[in-house]
Amino acid sequence: MPRHRLCLLAVALAVSGCGGPFPQSTLEPRSDFGWAVDHLFTDIFWWAAGVFLVVEALLVITLIRFRHREGRPAPRPTHGHTVMEIAWTLAPAVILVFVAVPTVRVIFATSGEAPADALKVDVIGHQWWWEFRYPELALVTANELHLPRGRPVQLSITSADVIHSFWAPALGGKRDAIPGRINRIAFRADSLGDYAGQCAEFCGESHANMRLRVIVDSDSGFGRWATVQLAGPAAPAPGTLAERGESVYARSACLGCHTIQGVSPGIIGPNLTHVGSRTTIASGLFPNDSAHLASWIADAPALKPGSVMTRMQPPLTDADIAALVAYLEGLR
Amino acid sequence: MTHAAATHHTSMGLDSRKMAFWAFIGSECLLFSSLISTYLVYKGRSVVGPSPHEILNIPFTSVSTFDLLMSSLMMVLALAAVQRGDMKWGKIWLFATALLGLVFLGGQVIEFTEFVHKGLTLQTNLFGCTFFVLTGTHGAHVTVGVLWLLTLWVRALQGKLGPGQALTVEITGLYWHFVDVVWIVIFTVVYLIQ
Amino acid sequence: MKRWITTTDHKRIGLLYFWTAFCFFLVGGLEALLIRLQLAQPNGHLVSAETYNQLFTMHGTTMVFLALMPLSASFFNYIVPLQIGARDVAFPRLNAFSYWVFLLGGLLLNASWLVGPLFHAPHWNVAPNGGWFGYANLTERQFSPGPNIDFWLLGLQILGISSLAAGFNFIVTILNMRAPGMKMLRVPAFSWMTLVTQFLVITAFPVITVGLVFLMFDRFFGTHFYVATAGATPLLWQHLFWLFGHPEVYILILPAMGIVSEVLPTFARKPLFGYTVVVFSGVLIGFMGWGVWSHHMFAVGLGPIADSVFAGTTMLIAVPTGVKIFNWIATLWGGDIRGSTALHFAVGFIAMFIIGGLSGVTHASPPADLQQTDTYYVVAHIHYVLFGGTVLGLFAGIYYWWPKMTGRLLGESLGKWHFWLTFVGMNLAFFPMHLIGLLGMPRRIYTYTPELGVSALNLVSTVGAFLIAVAILVFLVNVLRTRTHGRPAPNDPWGGATLEWSIPSPPPVYNFSVIPTVASRLPRWKTERHEPMRDPPAVPPAPIHVPPGSWWPLIAALGLPVLALAPLTHTLWLAFLGAAILLVGIYRWAFEPFEA
Repeated sequence: MPRHRLCLLAVALAVSGCGGPFPQSTLEPRSDFGWAVDHLFTDIFWWAAGVFLVVEALLVITLIRFRHREGRPAPRPTHGHTVMEIAWTLAPAVILVFVAVPTVRVIFATSGEAPADALKVDVIGHQWWWEFRYPELALVTANELHLPRGRPVQLSITSADVIHSFWAPALGGKRDAIPGRINRIAFRADSLGDYAGQCAEFCGESHANMRLRVIVDSDSGFGRWATVQLAGPAAPAPGTLAERGESVYARSACLGCHTIQGVSPGIIGPNLTHVGSRTTIASGLFPNDSAHLASWIADAPALKPGSVMTRMQPPLTDADIAALVAYLEGLR
Repeated sequence: MTHAAATHHTSMGLDSRKMAFWAFIGSECLLFSSLISTYLVYKGRSVVGPSPHEILNIPFTSVSTFDLLMSSLMMVLALAAVQRGDMKWGKIWLFATALLGLVFLGGQVIEFTEFVHKGLTLQTNLFGCTFFVLTGTHGAHVTVGVLWLLTLWVRALQGKLGPGQALTVEITGLYWHFVDVVWIVIFTVVYLIQ
Repeated sequence: MKRWITTTDHKRIGLLYFWTAFCFFLVGGLEALLIRLQLAQPNGHLVSAETYNQLFTMHGTTMVFLALMPLSASFFNYIVPLQIGARDVAFPRLNAFSYWVFLLGGLLLNASWLVGPLFHAPHWNVAPNGGWFGYANLTERQFSPGPNIDFWLLGLQILGISSLAAGFNFIVTILNMRAPGMKMLRVPAFSWMTLVTQFLVITAFPVITVGLVFLMFDRFFGTHFYVATAGATPLLWQHLFWLFGHPEVYILILPAMGIVSEVLPTFARKPLFGYTVVVFSGVLIGFMGWGVWSHHMFAVGLGPIADSVFAGTTMLIAVPTGVKIFNWIATLWGGDIRGSTALHFAVGFIAMFIIGGLSGVTHASPPADLQQTDTYYVVAHIHYVLFGGTVLGLFAGIYYWWPKMTGRLLGESLGKWHFWLTFVGMNLAFFPMHLIGLLGMPRRIYTYTPELGVSALNLVSTVGAFLIAVAILVFLVNVLRTRTHGRPAPNDPWGGATLEWSIPSPPPVYNFSVIPTVASRLPRWKTERHEPMRDPPAVPPAPIHVPPGSWWPLIAALGLPVLALAPLTHTLWLAFLGAAILLVGIYRWAFEPFEA
């Protein structure tokens, strides 16, 4: 990490009092896109800091030097100075050239073109969750985007309802998800990790609750994950709570909105075929454990205001919910 | 209409009301530019029919356009008459302008009704949305103009409009010609260039 | 009472604008405090998600349309005619109309906080909740079924009419009502910036009006202007909104720049350095403000060429802005700077605006902006520009012109407290937002997790916001004390160069007993070539006709909210009633004997 960026972070740390970590920081890039933006921002930041120091110092010096003193002669009524006007018109213009040239370079470098062998992922924003489709792998998942490290990736971003914005700060800049339009970004993640992100364009009541994770895995790890995802859902063992859960699922409203491969074809909510393998639920809001799953199934709008997934009518019994949780957790 | 401003000293030598009106027209240009741009941006993007060439009746609208152009001529004659103090012809030309404006509006009503019968409403497709809102906004401007002209005509009948109020008539004329010019643009963009 | 309701006197209308806008400023401030309380800690639950969304929407909408613009308008009204040596504005009744329309539009918008039950909502507040920028297609009926967005789009259309009417009025006033001898390049900088602002108003507002009309048709009449499935694109709204929205930024900042250009010379006892350059850079900013709108849309994906072009135009606009700052510093350089409260605020403006301008340059660069846009980094930027810039500039104007407008001088020591509390408060509130944004917190979220690592920074920001609130309280105390204990103001308490200081404080209803003839840019100062002008006599040599008030501007204005209630309540007869009131008002107004 270059030294000047350390300074910036040090300020952040000192002011915030706690030492991080900052899972959504824009200052810790983990992709080629992220680094390009970061270098550019750092350059501009130092130009701005320099101008800031010079101009503010000039202002302060002027105020001190020319503050009112008894007996100071009346100021000379100067009206202007052409040479100085030209000078302070040109000076910022020249600095801006130093900002503009690298800017244009990075614009074209990050404009979304990916090599032919890039892994293609379709990103679809929904109120308020993310759908990820891997067309080449015929694979659909939600809220947790798995990517292989080191391989170029191209995201094609759109929306099923209102405008959202896909943003995983460590991997690069955000791009809006706009209905009727496909936006592309391309990058190559350079480190393994579990990166936080969230929707950045105000998209309604639960905009704050539309988070996502990007899990960058090794090539082989990603392959293993994809193989598991491609398989059909795990069938619950006969006589278990999970099997009862499957029958609850089959007779409840769940199947109208959710897909479980071979069980239900709903497309309004996230695909649940392998929901048990995810680390979080409800678009990154809660860890994927029995307690959270149970309260989510019982009353989703209480956890995510405005959620399309309403309270079950008639309400499920606690036993039914427990069975459902067991079933869903088994869908690994 | 304030009559006092005309007698006041003005820094630019232009009557304040007239200047305000030019500013207003400048502002209106932006309004119609936005509407026309939207029409152009959405042209050909409707996902269902009917499309413009199935709907627009160019001969009919050409007559309306000619009618509106003639009303501008009447307006010029009205102003000239009022300025030279000939209130008899002033009244006639003012009324004629308003009448031709009404004829144009009648044409628009017929046109809109026919389009709805042919299956193009405000909700049908993007062509419907942009067409009706653009031409409707223009129609609303013509309506205001007709009301204004009729008001002047009634004032003239009452003997309250004379050469002293020539400026009021002139400003009315500015508005009327502007609305006319906007129509020429709309006619060209919407009807002629399909 | 009647004299205030029917008034057409620009000074009274200026005061009405001031107090109304200041009340809205307090409402907007209260909304900001609630926002900051919610965010003081992670997982805040002071207000619900829905209420939070209404709060930030109304905070932005209120501050832009109901507080900052009309506070500037109060100075346009009160000060511009005095600065150019006029008896009133060009169209006094139109001026009253603008005010009433503004008041009624503001009340209509804010009524949405209380009328939920009338719309069968489960709570009182059905305030707009789509952000001040109201991005389609979230604002479509499908995604925002309640009356919230209806209040917003109808309220903004009404406020647009007010701004447009005022725009025409002030353009004509400044161009046409100048005192003899006041050539355009003798017009004081504040009046010049007012002129540029009004040109931006009359060109920018029609564009948003069209955008709002489309939205209205989509919501009420089932059109598809922003509906992607019909082949349209919600991006149309963004283009129309920002075509208006960026000039709007300059509508908010240019008047404050004008104020600063008046205050600095007066207290440095030196003419404005590079007057012509300052004026023309203002004009240039106005022109260039039209060519940069897409820099609000870099994340939309307009393509590398559009991004590069808009990055270029946006960076270019930094040049005339920088030129202004250098000229202000040069104005102070070599002066005899008296540290009045007004000067404190004016210098505060420069110091803070530099920060806002520089952070602006960092997101003029599209790739960098991709990380910054829609985060708190941008929230920091706009508050350095609009609070550090516009609000500090307006306070400079308030302390500077208060004696002229009320006849009493605001207390200087309370004034200094007000300034320093504001200054420290705003930096505590807004500086941490840069870091909060860079550390990844998006804006417009009602809650965040402690894992984000920005809890302490948010708390600091909240403390800063409350410090600003304390500063505003100090200002209110100062105002109240001044009413009874304030030092009576002479004609010219500061030694100002412009015409408003040549007449009593507050000025008589006719302003100038004799319209002055202006021979220099600094009529009341001795310059190399000119002796100071002689102030007009205290008593007019001949009686001056003062126009009577009029009811019709108010009545015509009342037609607009009635008209707006028709779609809001789905009641057709209200539309006819509103149109009738408007029509009668305008007719009676047009044929009323009235001498201006």
